[in-house]
Amino acid sequence: MHMADALIAPAVAATMYVCSGVTAGYSVKKVRLESDPKKIPVMGVMGAFVFATQMINFTIPGTGSSGHLCGGMLLTALLGPYAAFLTMIGVLLIQCLLFADGGLLALGCNIWNMAFYGCFLGYFLIWNPIMKKGMSRGKIIGASILGCMVTLQLGAFSVTIETLLSGITDLPFGVFVSTMQPIHLAIGFVEGLITAAVLIFVYQTRPEMLQGGVEKSDSKVTYKNAIVILAVAALLISGGLSLFASSHPDGLEWSIEKITGSTEIEAGENSAYAAAENIQEKTALLPDYAFKNSESAVGTSFSGVVGSAIVLVVCMGACYAFKFFRKSKK
Amino acid sequence: MDTIAERDQWVNHIHPLVKLVLTLSFIAITVSFSKYDLTGLLRMGIYLIVVFILGDISFRDSLRRLRIVLPLVCFMGLFNPFFDREPCLQIGSVMITGGMISMLTLMIKGIYSVLAAYLLIATTSIEKICYALRLIHVPAILVTQILLTYRYVSVLLEEANRIMQAYSLRAPNQKGIHFKVWGSLAGQLLLRSMDRANEVYESMTLRGYRGEFYYAAKEPCKGKDYAYLILWLAIFGVLKFVRLG
Repeated sequence: MHMADALIAPAVAATMYVCSGVTAGYSVKKVRLESDPKKIPVMGVMGAFVFATQMINFTIPGTGSSGHLCGGMLLTALLGPYAAFLTMIGVLLIQCLLFADGGLLALGCNIWNMAFYGCFLGYFLIWNPIMKKGMSRGKIIGASILGCMVTLQLGAFSVTIETLLSGITDLPFGVFVSTMQPIHLAIGFVEGLITAAVLIFVYQTRPEMLQGGVEKSDSKVTYKNAIVILAVAALLISGGLSLFASSHPDGLEWSIEKITGSTEIEAGENSAYAAAENIQEKTALLPDYAFKNSESAVGTSFSGVVGSAIVLVVCMGACYAFKFFRKSKK
Repeated sequence: MDTIAERDQWVNHIHPLVKLVLTLSFIAITVSFSKYDLTGLLRMGIYLIVVFILGDISFRDSLRRLRIVLPLVCFMGLFNPFFDREPCLQIGSVMITGGMISMLTLMIKGIYSVLAAYLLIATTSIEKICYALRLIHVPAILVTQILLTYRYVSVLLEEANRIMQAYSLRAPNQKGIHFKVWGSLAGQLLLRSMDRANEVYESMTLRGYRGEFYYAAKEPCKGKDYAYLILWLAIFGVLKFVRLG
């Protein structure tokens, strides 16, 4: 998944350098706060360990191929997210300089795609919540496989987005995504299994080396934080990605078009459908995901943001209502 | 690579920060060329040729070292002729399409970037690159960690190699590591690495380590370093923005 320099536009590379740089700065601050001088030599040697294990081929049963270890997820489980992120930066920089694996200009992208998701999302959204109430073999296997698959999917998707935004290759986005995602799903599964095998061995021999579970973690992914993260994600996805939304009919519209010859169902003037449509047209704030009487892309983006906000408010309202009724019932 | 980087060549003595800035500028300018600007890109090769000569670095040796990476770098461009079939020019009976030219430019960009990074590491040791990173205020934790990783890569690679050799001698005709010993094999290496990290820390502490490496000789940028930087940036500017011929 290492990106080469030739595929990256300087503007995208610079943006990703800034994103990775800010995350690295924050991680340095966090590691400094731990004030454990032993941590730095451990990070250095663990970085070298990730390197060394890359040369070990783990045979995948039933196939002729072999897999490797997932560095990000393993390091985050052993060192915690901040130290793991910094260790991965070292690994990626040396890979880039000594093995020409990934470009120097694309280093910011590679750090983001391979270290950020594995170390931070892998820890805060997968490893830590699963291990919160104690550790077990099953939980380690589940967290490792889920972590590797999810973080590799996100990494692979970021590669395609960064390539699309760079606009250097003529490879269509759809083809690239449909090639990258399934192959990384399989790779993620195998890497998850290998990572799980190593972590289980550590759990059986020296459980104190693993993060979370044994000692209480200081991460605070509260209900409030989760809502804020989800809201920001929804805002980014709805506002940014809706610009790229397909103008082709969706599955249901496609099926209707096949049957009737049009994506919209025609109805008689005096039918109940016509009356309902009349009401809908008058009440819809943003018909067909755009401003009324406008076809601008900004309208689509705005519709995405407003739609997400409404869904969020309705969902939160429903949750609070549910909570209120349960309390009053008790 | 360390032996090549430590040689007494003129380019090797240029300040590491200057070489780092030049390498990044070269790659950024190279990849910013239009996908049909083949001649412009070819001209950028001047930098690589000059550094190869000044550093007395064997081109054949570098191709041998990069033999696995270079085909991979070229791979992405292979799709362009299929998606961009607009004819550009005709040579005899052969029609050259836009996709063919963009494939070539993408491959050249990839090769140039890889060679530029290779020339940086062939003329500058990792220690010097890390020194340059400290000069631009990259935190000491990160730089020390990179240096330690680099130091222990060869040690652990040797150890992994020994483990693999021992395993293959005990499990003949076995391709790779059997899934039943995935955990114990890599896990043993992990535990040994952790123990080694503790020993490293203790020996570093005994030698006066207090959280950061100290450089005995601080190396400031000299006049020739500034001249080298300005000259190359000016040449890059001319090659990128001035239409020649």
